[in-house]
Amino acid sequence: MSKFSKKKKGLPPINTASLPDIVFMLLFFFMVATTMRETTVMVAQTLPNATEIKKLQDKRLIAYIYVGEAQDVETYGEGDKIQLNDKISAVKEVKSFIFAAREGVNEDERDYMTTMIKADINCTVGTINDIKKELRDIDALKVTYSARKGEIE
Amino acid sequence: MARRDTPEINAGSMADIAFLLLIFFLVTTTMDVDAGISRRLPEKQPPEAPDPPIIKEKNVFEVIINMKDELLIEGEYAKVKDVRQLAIDFIDNGGGIGNPISDFGETEGQECSWCQGAKNPDSSVHPNKAIISLKTDRSTTYGTFIKVQNELGGAYTDLRNRLSQEEYGQLYTDIVTELEKDKGNEVLKGKISRIRTMYPEIISEGEN
Repeated sequence: MSKFSKKKKGLPPINTASLPDIVFMLLFFFMVATTMRETTVMVAQTLPNATEIKKLQDKRLIAYIYVGEAQDVETYGEGDKIQLNDKISAVKEVKSFIFAAREGVNEDERDYMTTMIKADINCTVGTINDIKKELRDIDALKVTYSARKGEIE
Repeated sequence: MARRDTPEINAGSMADIAFLLLIFFLVTTTMDVDAGISRRLPEKQPPEAPDPPIIKEKNVFEVIINMKDELLIEGEYAKVKDVRQLAIDFIDNGGGIGNPISDFGETEGQECSWCQGAKNPDSSVHPNKAIISLKTDRSTTYGTFIKVQNELGGAYTDLRNRLSQEEYGQLYTDIVTELEKDKGNEVLKGKISRIRTMYPEIISEGEN
């Protein structure tokens, strides 16, 4: 019997009492540092690099327009597509989209609204110009071309 | 005596719950900062508006990008990396008398005293009269368009930085970052608007 009692004792269990604390810390970090995703992007999005970029502060005052080739080419076809909110739309719908965005903002802040054009690096300027023309028609003159901070190659 | 100690709560699953929440937040949130190149579109003119004033050709810096993403600057082939220096030379030329700047109490146009350009009579007369015209083809790639826009914006930033260094001993970009941290600082705002008036960004975008 002594053969059995000689058996080595296993390693003491690792104390995991502080594990929840660590995970909560990570959780709070992500809750503070990130923002909720509001739309699912349905078009290709490789943003261009630029050095002269300006950060936009207030997300409430930004209307996003996504441009790029649709990820689901079979449904939407090839070529540049414009995504407003959660669906692929035609250029002429940009106006009503901006009007809707204006509705959600206080009247005194509407002058500060910006339209952010998030366009894929491979799309053509013609599509962007069409959007710009629509925006000019309804006096949404502040435009930001989305870009990442980085050296241009 | 009866035992008063409450039994210990099993906290073993706490970590699991926290992980679950953590993963939820990882999936549903984004971290990207909204940044980009800001431009202001020209206002739409009513149909009965008077004809726009005629702009002298020497005050226009023409950049054309064709459908093959090739660059033509003032009628000559160029590379993207040349754009910045060419634009700086053009804006900073200061070969004559500019528009009067009402903020400085000017009633008549003055020469550009802060320009260090070549004062070439065939190039722009004053930074506030120098117009950069960027023309693109419909089939130009957006990536190239942004690269050129970036270089043109960079030319203004370089000039503003130089002017700011001379006037206030501080880079223009540093003043802007400082203002972001200290919002509503009137001194910084004044400096920025002064430099912006001296080198106003006039970029016109058009289609060929």
